[in-house]
Amino acid sequence: MSTTASTPRPADRLREADQPAPRQVDGLTAWIDDRTGAAPGIKYLMKKVFPDHWSFMIGEVALFSMLIALLTGVFLTFWFDPSMAHTVYNGSYVPLQGVEMSRAYASALDISFDIKGGLLIRQLHHWAALLFIVSLNVHMFRVFFTGAFRKPRELNWVLGTVLSLLAIVEGFAGYSLPDDLLSGTGLRAMQGFTITTPVIGSYLVYFIFGGTFPGTDIMPRLYSVHILLIPALLLGLAIAHVVLVMVHKHTQYPGPGKTEKNVVGYPVLPIYAAKQTGFFFTVFGILTLISTFFTINAIWVHGPYDPNATTAGAQPDWYMGFADGALRLLPGWLELDLGSFTLSLNVMLGALVLLPLVFIIQGAYPFLEAWVTGDKREHHLLDRPRNAPVRTGLGAAALTAYGILMFTTSNDIMAIKLHLSINDITRTYQVLIFVLPPLVFWAVKRICISLQRADREKVLHGRETSRLMQSAEGGFSELHEPLNEYDRWHYVSYEPTYPLLEGETGSDTPGVAGSGRKVSKARAAFSRFYFQDSINPVTPAELEAAHHDHETHEVIEASAEPREQIEAAEKH
Amino acid sequence: MNEQNQPSAEVVPTGTSDADAVRLDQGHIHGEGGYPEAFENPGLPPHTPRLTDIDEAAAKRAERQIAGLFTLSIIGSILFLVGYFTFGVDARNWFPGVGVMSTTHLLLGAGLALGLLGIGLGVLHWSRTLMPGEEIVESRHHLASSDEQRAELADTFVKGVEGSQINRRPLIKYSLGGALGLVSLPILVQLVGSLGPLPKDDLYVSAWSGLPDENGKRTFSAPRLVLDPENRPIKASDVTIGSVFHVQPEGLLDLHDHVLEEKGKSSVIVMRLDPGDFADNDLGRKARDWGHDGIVAYSKICTHVGCPVGLYEQTTHHLLCPCHQSTFDVTQDCKVIFGPAKRPLPQLKITVDDEGYLIAAQPFMEPVGPSFWERD
Ligand code: HEM
Ligand code: FES
Repeated sequence: MSTTASTPRPADRLREADQPAPRQVDGLTAWIDDRTGAAPGIKYLMKKVFPDHWSFMIGEVALFSMLIALLTGVFLTFWFDPSMAHTVYNGSYVPLQGVEMSRAYASALDISFDIKGGLLIRQLHHWAALLFIVSLNVHMFRVFFTGAFRKPRELNWVLGTVLSLLAIVEGFAGYSLPDDLLSGTGLRAMQGFTITTPVIGSYLVYFIFGGTFPGTDIMPRLYSVHILLIPALLLGLAIAHVVLVMVHKHTQYPGPGKTEKNVVGYPVLPIYAAKQTGFFFTVFGILTLISTFFTINAIWVHGPYDPNATTAGAQPDWYMGFADGALRLLPGWLELDLGSFTLSLNVMLGALVLLPLVFIIQGAYPFLEAWVTGDKREHHLLDRPRNAPVRTGLGAAALTAYGILMFTTSNDIMAIKLHLSINDITRTYQVLIFVLPPLVFWAVKRICISLQRADREKVLHGRETSRLMQSAEGGFSELHEPLNEYDRWHYVSYEPTYPLLEGETGSDTPGVAGSGRKVSKARAAFSRFYFQDSINPVTPAELEAAHHDHETHEVIEASAEPREQIEAAEKH
Repeated sequence: MNEQNQPSAEVVPTGTSDADAVRLDQGHIHGEGGYPEAFENPGLPPHTPRLTDIDEAAAKRAERQIAGLFTLSIIGSILFLVGYFTFGVDARNWFPGVGVMSTTHLLLGAGLALGLLGIGLGVLHWSRTLMPGEEIVESRHHLASSDEQRAELADTFVKGVEGSQINRRPLIKYSLGGALGLVSLPILVQLVGSLGPLPKDDLYVSAWSGLPDENGKRTFSAPRLVLDPENRPIKASDVTIGSVFHVQPEGLLDLHDHVLEEKGKSSVIVMRLDPGDFADNDLGRKARDWGHDGIVAYSKICTHVGCPVGLYEQTTHHLLCPCHQSTFDVTQDCKVIFGPAKRPLPQLKITVDDEGYLIAAQPFMEPVGPSFWERD
């Protein structure tokens, strides 16, 4: 092109109209690239492929609701006054007029009643915060049950764990800000369990509260934690989290055409970007609808905080529920009298030990599992939960324990609603917390295994749909319709697994326990626990054998399917 | 990739087809009998075009729907603006389906929701119907860099350390270690040292021991029990059997500062029991002795984590904490009979003055509220 330009000929002027008209966007990309050299990088990003699945949207909901909480939170800071200074309320909410309260509470009331749209923003903020923590947890369980935390994504799992801990702390700090009765009661409990810290407890609370509870320091302190410290960490870590997702490229569910070496999905431009934008606006819109019609944290109902005032059925926001539930279950005799010292295990275990413990176990899980399975390979194809029965069972057991603790938080409400004795309910929970999780583990593991069996059955004997045709035709020749290769792939595209054996140093599967170190007895036992009952996918040889079997026996005894045989084979 | 195109593909054995060679009850067979070890990935299923890809009329319809959603969004935003500028902040109206409600809250909320949802759903619909619908395959690359690159990085570190000579010059190494260790102290000391005062005896005293003077000293003066919030002293004769009073020491409610801090330790609940209701044991007798004529006063601050214990069941003489349901038996000196608290609620010893008003006979003899390490 440039060579023709350097030797102008008369016809060029005519040809100019044929040449592509200079596009506006060329100028823009040139401007940016001149200053950053980022053209290839941005192009690469814009063409990046993201797999599409509804369950991948949950993490997006978490991200979007966090952004919405950040945005509405910034609005709130323009009117909220984090001060414990006394004032007499004279705003437009009649029942509280003339009541003495803190500036913090008065300004939160003003946001709700005297600032146009203020209530909407407050409600949006609180609902977004709740949705943030809900979706973050559901997202985490999606990642857990599909094995998305395996190498190379362990780091991102740890980041996620830190994010979920920060989210809880952020939510608690926010809940304490309006200084109404519920928020003060929450703070009082926080003071009450911090003071049980061995040795330094009382010093700790005097430092945190700047003296006697509640004092006037705590509000500004919580405020800077809530609007500065934790939001900055949340935002920074969330960005790191998403960048790592892009570096790793998103995992995908197994399926025809999907391998460990590719990503099947839609490019950022236009589809993925459009879907994300549409989804952000939709989440924001739904949150706005909820905030319009359902009141959350009606701070005007119970009045200002007063250490002498009580509400029945006092409850924290849902994400603190499990810790509160644990506090209700731990019996009083756990408070130990050590001569001139007191160790309040009844409080400490639930309030100070449980939360960090849960997060440590959570953060360590990918490393524990890798140790048990000896698997050091990269995984980009997800597991169907049934194909990892022990992991799925463990996750279900953890959810059950969490659920019981959450339910315990409402034991008083339940006692009233169901006319039961609160003592009986609490004792039942005290038993259930030990009994139910192992039971659920066992049941879920069995369910996974039978689902795996059913999958094998489908592969070996085809779809059951043709059973209906059996009676219509009266014969037994067309019992099942064999799966086509795409459908079959859904059921066979997972890897056979075997426990590590004690003393083993390597394996012929690349990367599996090949570190050269001998597998210890304990590790072999864990590995057996993990894998011994799992059912491996049908192999081509097995399918052929089943066919052979089919032809010879079916006509004679169509209903006697070789289930027993499969089971025998599976027990190996 | 796609070796067999028959949908009902059978595995074609490459070796012998003697099916007896394969027995299910022998467990999993790995590439035996000439069969491959595992099935092969059949590759992406053929793409099926959407209606909007092949039918221009359907595409036009989708276009109109998308534009319709965007128009709804515009209407929503206008609704918000109209709501904002036409109604006062305290206007309340009846709305069908929701009842009486703040007018601006409803219009602003509905308007904003419509404005956002119109855009959101419109863009989603657009991406589903008109944007390219075929999935694309991108290949993954192993994350790890080559061994040389890793070694180069390690070399860089090693050379960097060598260049600094830190390992060859122990004087620098150890003095730097010491300096770094110490420099964190000023920062920590500033923070920890200035956050708050030491607890001293603050957890052991309350307004019942006297209100603090300018020097923070408290002197016990047998204060009257006054009702919270009425700030009125009570006579023993006011306290009938079955009644409950929430009280503070006289003078506390007249304070301007630190009212909540004092209340947090001095809130007391007063009940009157029939003297015969007290348990016939040491606990019951002590409870009655520290009271006056069946009237007893107990700290309201739960010994679990500090909620006010406010629910009194007259028939059973139980005090219940609303936070985690610790239950205290008043007839047995508020011993815990259920729930996570361990210690009984501290009792305030009371008597009457010469005008018949209830007064404290002595301050609390132990810290009120949650347990802590150094309390015994
Ligand atoms: C930069 C981000 C944020 C800012 C600037 C911010 C700011 C604020 C402010 C000023 C308040 C007090 C006003 C009021 O009570 O109405 C508040 C309350 C609150 N915040 Fe935030 N916040 C942010 C993020 C979050 C996040 C991420 C969460 C949850 C995980 C959260 C949860 C809460 C809660 C539960 C309240 C109590 C709200 C209520 O009274 O209804 N905030 N926030
Ligand atoms: S604070 Fe009273 S039972 Fe927990």
